[in-house]
Amino acid sequence: MKNTLLLGTRKGLIVCRKKAADWKIDDIHFEGIPVSIAWADERNGHWWACLDHGHWGVKMHRSPDQGATWEEVTAPAYPEGLEIKEGVPATTRYLWAMQHGGASNPNRLWVGTEPGGLFRSDDGGSSFRLIESLWNHPTRPEQWFGGGRDHAGIHSVVVDPRNEDRVLVGISVAGVFETTDAGKTWAIRNKGLRADFMPDPYAEMSHDPHILVAAPSNPDVLWQQNHCGIFRSTDGAASWEDVSEAEGPAKFGFALAVAGDNPDQAWVAPAVSDVTRVAVKNALCISRTDDGGKTWKDFRKGLPQDYSFDIVYRHALAASGDEVVFGTTTGNVFLSGDRGETWQVLSNYLPMVYSVMFC
Amino acid sequence: MPTVKFTYALKRFFPQLQDTPVKSDTLPSLLQAIDRHYPGIQSYIVDERGSLRKHVNIFIDGELIRDRETLGDTFGENSEIFIMQALSGG
Repeated sequence: MKNTLLLGTRKGLIVCRKKAADWKIDDIHFEGIPVSIAWADERNGHWWACLDHGHWGVKMHRSPDQGATWEEVTAPAYPEGLEIKEGVPATTRYLWAMQHGGASNPNRLWVGTEPGGLFRSDDGGSSFRLIESLWNHPTRPEQWFGGGRDHAGIHSVVVDPRNEDRVLVGISVAGVFETTDAGKTWAIRNKGLRADFMPDPYAEMSHDPHILVAAPSNPDVLWQQNHCGIFRSTDGAASWEDVSEAEGPAKFGFALAVAGDNPDQAWVAPAVSDVTRVAVKNALCISRTDDGGKTWKDFRKGLPQDYSFDIVYRHALAASGDEVVFGTTTGNVFLSGDRGETWQVLSNYLPMVYSVMFC
Repeated sequence: MPTVKFTYALKRFFPQLQDTPVKSDTLPSLLQAIDRHYPGIQSYIVDERGSLRKHVNIFIDGELIRDRETLGDTFGENSEIFIMQALSGG
């Protein structure tokens, strides 16, 4: 049972702990500083904070002792001379994804960034190196572009536990890429996706997965909340199928979580697309499928059903056992102990929430 | 020797920060020198290309530098270099 919750928020890293049956806010780190990702490495218990200082650039801090002490490590930096496009130097704008390299690579970490660079560390995060093969992919200069942020960004890194050199990344806007050799070569995995915003919605490139998640109990089952719907793959991302709700709210959104023990059970946080970016009909809900996306049910008990403007960002929904948590753009955090069917308030007045993680 | 002064906002991350005389005759080498005094501080002031971060300013004897990209502004032996943050956001 995981009894700690890390929240990355616009004003710091907030730690919640479960005591008896109750979750309570327990601590805050980096007060006042935007934390784009608050992340725990399940292999060694280290905590990580990806900071987005308004003035001082992006930084990374590591804690070996659950926040008792922190040390700053050198954040991923682009090598001299690289350009996002002609005349625009490549510099790290935002740290948008963290993932560990698996049990067989105990010192490996992956970090996804805006403007589209994937970085790898093989020394436990003391240093990071750009994966130049992906940066130099021939599609990048013309067919990757910003979505939500100024430039393309890697927000999802999925490591296959059966072969930890096999890694999938999700890029807004570009799509899904796969390597089977720890980053030496890359293949595009966008078959079956649809990009309604493009002149050719079924083109191979320029798709907008908002988040990419593998089912822990079956890594061949992958899910993505995409800009243009919810998509699922049962063949390891070789092909994708639209499993959005035909009549109902589960279609557009940013976040998605998959049950640890069931590859067919997943949660999304529906929102109104494109124009307004608010909760659907100003009523907040979490939708769940138990059958691989064939049907969806929206759950609302305990969630605001009028005048809700809450959006759930892509890293701000997580599940652990029967517990599900999400944080919103208006600083609400809700917890469920029954797989999302009913909700309790953890707080109604936090800063904007960027990430949530059980550990 | 030029003296480098810092905005109080940086003290949060570098508590030992104080006015620091530095032997140097260009801004890039001056920043490298203060990084030896306060390891890591250079990355708070300039990005990985050496360009001044968007919301950071450097004043030489009270005048804002002009070359934010390569930091080519010159200064004298007794100049005062002030590193400050722009006031922005909320």
